[in-house]
Amino acid sequence: MGGWGIAVHGGAGVDPNLPKERQEEAKRLLTRCLDIGISALRSNLSAIDVVELVVRQLETDPLFNSGRGSALTENGTVEMEASIMDGPKRRCGAVSGLSTVKNPVSLARLVMDKSPHSYLAFLGAEEFAKKQGVELVDNEYFITEDNVGMLKLAKEANSILFDYRIPTIGTCGAGAAAMDNPLQMNGLPISVYAPETVGCVVVDKEGRCAAATSTGGLMNKMTGRIGDSPLIGSGTYACELCGVSCTGEGEAIIRSTLAREVAAVMEYKGLRLHEAVDFVIKNRLDEGKAGVIAVSKNGEVACGFNTTGMFRGCATEDGFMEVGVW
Amino acid sequence: MGWAIALHGGAGDIPRSLPPELRLPREAGLRHCLDVGIAALKAHKHPLDVVELVVRELENHPHFNAGKGSVLTCSGTVEMEASIMDGKSKRCGAVSGLSTVVNAVSLARLVMEKTPHIYLGFHGAEAFAREQGVETADPSYFITPENIVRLKQAQEANRVQIDYTQPIQKEPNDAAAAGARIPNGDSQIGTVGCVAVDGEGNLASATSTGGLVNKMAGRIGDSPIIGAGTYANHICAVSATGKGEAMIRGTVARDVAAVMEFKGLSLKEAAAYVIDQVPPGNAGLVAVSSTGEIATVYNTAGMFRASASEDGYSEISIWDSPINFM
Repeated sequence: MGGWGIAVHGGAGVDPNLPKERQEEAKRLLTRCLDIGISALRSNLSAIDVVELVVRQLETDPLFNSGRGSALTENGTVEMEASIMDGPKRRCGAVSGLSTVKNPVSLARLVMDKSPHSYLAFLGAEEFAKKQGVELVDNEYFITEDNVGMLKLAKEANSILFDYRIPTIGTCGAGAAAMDNPLQMNGLPISVYAPETVGCVVVDKEGRCAAATSTGGLMNKMTGRIGDSPLIGSGTYACELCGVSCTGEGEAIIRSTLAREVAAVMEYKGLRLHEAVDFVIKNRLDEGKAGVIAVSKNGEVACGFNTTGMFRGCATEDGFMEVGVW
Repeated sequence: MGWAIALHGGAGDIPRSLPPELRLPREAGLRHCLDVGIAALKAHKHPLDVVELVVRELENHPHFNAGKGSVLTCSGTVEMEASIMDGKSKRCGAVSGLSTVVNAVSLARLVMEKTPHIYLGFHGAEAFAREQGVETADPSYFITPENIVRLKQAQEANRVQIDYTQPIQKEPNDAAAAGARIPNGDSQIGTVGCVAVDGEGNLASATSTGGLVNKMAGRIGDSPIIGAGTYANHICAVSATGKGEAMIRGTVARDVAAVMEFKGLSLKEAAAYVIDQVPPGNAGLVAVSSTGEIATVYNTAGMFRASASEDGYSEISIWDSPINFM
């Protein structure tokens, strides 16, 4: 055991009808991000630096729901949030309500490293960003045509569009069945791929774990809405034992303090990483749908989800590498 | 078994030399709020209603750091936050960055019950408040002369402090050191919270605060974060107080329940265990279990608190030994 390990995600809950090209596009991005992370790990960057680096990549690429490509609020604007946590001393940083900060995860890191606080939001966070001299852009930069279209759909259906999809039907002929019985998420028929939250967890050669999560949140969300991604213990958690990033139904993740739960069962029940991830997905989500990626200080990586698919990738120092959707 | 209730008005370096004119109003406030809670439980109100009711009273009391009497940000403004959680369903609601809402805890409850979200912050939360027609007041309503003084002292010391006054110290992080007294021996006030359980094992928790004196605008602490300042499930309900940043990284409220569940500790043992993990001088909590146990634990000099149970037990305290057994 031992050695470095890395896992990334682009969100849990995938439309089974997602066109092959979009799936391939997602897998290419996940692979690229993994490679960046692996390269950094080989150069002896610490876990906390690697998670930030990788999530920055995911934020910058418009494919997933974070940074550029973020889901839109009810007002058609972008409000982004992120959190980052460093296992060894459980230092953490989080931000919410960002509208001009190009890389929310990096601002979360600055909150952790350069402020006396753990969490800054909205105007206060933007002011801090200015003072720190991070790269700022117009809100329009984050808005993509795809998402403008999605927002319109969501408003027409007059409901919240969650950042994942689950089928309401069984496994036989999912594609055909979906045509007859449109996939539903909170009453909204889905026929378009929806963007997702992103995250990265890393354990470096020294056994240090770190985690980071970033998102634009729910499509058509109320302005001011905060989800699970910036909440330490819910969307993100890291300690001596492991690093965890979650994605999926925000409410379910918060109520179950999902990221902390993985670490808690390892710490208090002595479960290994895979067992812990399986346990929380099976037992802690009740009716909720979510996915988890995690690493342990022993160099293990694990993913778990009770949704239809989760965009993910993982790799370990012994040469194992896998990128998947289903 | 039977009902039980515990509430707090903040943990911190409350000097034993606290003069009567500052101690007595707070004791009276604790007594009044305890009576309100007991009456509600006797009238078979659901614990969720009870904790909201009690925290509203604490918010309205100008000597506690919540609602009126909230400490001030570095800009001299008030930014209030709160959260509430129902144990059986684990439904929760939270708000941050409020400046005109008279009772933050009630707005948190409305977020839980009237929106598809869990957490609203800043301008979005204020807009929601207006939509809901909750009681609002001019920002000046919340500001008290004592807090203007506290801010001035903190700024002179160039420090962020856990809403209490101390002599000028050079170490910004050494909040618990020295324990010296300032000439007028002003009191320590802090976050407020309440936990309750009824005869059927229904549990609930709520926490509310103005945060840290001299905090950066936009700073969010542990009080609105589910798992950090507030938590309730079918095992227990917890409301924590102290240095937010320490409670966030320690997922304090969640851990009490986790330790009971996974390590089989009693409520009091679990509460002591968890507080022990937080650096001295930083945390306190009140908790009740589904079986009517009460725990009030802190590793600070004192914690304003009150508790009672159906068997006739009742207590109002500020100091005493850190482990408080019935």
